Amino acid sequence: MERNVYLYILVMAAVTYAIRMLPLVLIRREITNRFIRSFLYYVPYVTLAVMTFPAILSETGSVWSAWAALLTGALLAFRGKSLLQVSVSACLMVFVLELFLV
Amino acid sequence: MANENKTWFIKGLRDGIPISLGYLAVAFTLGIAAKNAGFTAFQAALASLTNNASAGQFAGFTLAAAGAGYLELAVMEFIVNARYLLMSCALSQKLSPKTSVLHRLFVSAGVTDEIFGVSMSAPGRLNPFYTMGLLAVASPGWASGTYLGVLMGNLLPVNVVRALSVGLYGMFLAVIVPPARKSRILAGVILISMAASFAFTRLPLISKLSAGNRTILLTVLIAGGAAALFPVKEEETHGA
Repeated sequence: MERNVYLYILVMAAVTYAIRMLPLVLIRREITNRFIRSFLYYVPYVTLAVMTFPAILSETGSVWSAWAALLTGALLAFRGKSLLQVSVSACLMVFVLELFLV
Repeated sequence: MANENKTWFIKGLRDGIPISLGYLAVAFTLGIAAKNAGFTAFQAALASLTNNASAGQFAGFTLAAAGAGYLELAVMEFIVNARYLLMSCALSQKLSPKTSVLHRLFVSAGVTDEIFGVSMSAPGRLNPFYTMGLLAVASPGWASGTYLGVLMGNLLPVNVVRALSVGLYGMFLAVIVPPARKSRILAGVILISMAASFAFTRLPLISKLSAGNRTILLTVLIAGGAAALFPVKEEETHGA
């Protein structure tokens, strides 16, 4: 690296923070437009669903352990288990299955 | 009110533990990438502490290693992290309009995929102290994971790293599945999102886009479509 590492880090941090901060500080009032309200209501579900699948399939050593983690997580979440329980169960599923699969 | 803030902060600390553990594992691999790019453990941890952005940091380290210009780096960071813009817009409506600027500035630092998801899953309006609690636990996990990754990236058994790396996805499921149980529309939106996301990784041209940009495109298309076809009633919009 020829340039200053700390300046690189500063540029990364400043841009990333600005992206997160501007909407939160600028949009102070409640949006009344029904379409925009509805759009923002759906945003987290769509974003998180899109990021989960199919990305999870390539995170582990075998697609089967990943599928098992996905289904376990979805089932436990469906049953209303806590964040920690869902998350740890998915991890354990992969760990145990990969003792046999990989 | 002060008491309520404290309660939410502590709840945030507790709910932040699985996020922190997941971060620790993911940041480990980030640390390996940072090391390969020529960052010291301290520099990499500093980047993690100030950025809290996995894809953004991966991209940043890669560009830094290539000796890219600062403007080039800034543009890259904007593109890779643009999805946070959408998340912050959504989060702005989850906060009470009375939330102070100072609190908003703190919450801004916590707009990561996971902390955003968990913050949005809180019932009713978001107390900013909840997000701060989540961040207070998750951020050290992210930074120390990066630090350890640089120092001893290859020491942790690979099967442990792989198992831990699905933890963050488990968290996403815990956020999006329970509300879908009560709403068929939401369940449909989630299934369509996953199917479309899969299709986007296969389609010519579109599959060439970065994962972050595919996420933005799909979010705008699907959330926009859902909002046009199934606008939500007033009282539902703080629910997610």
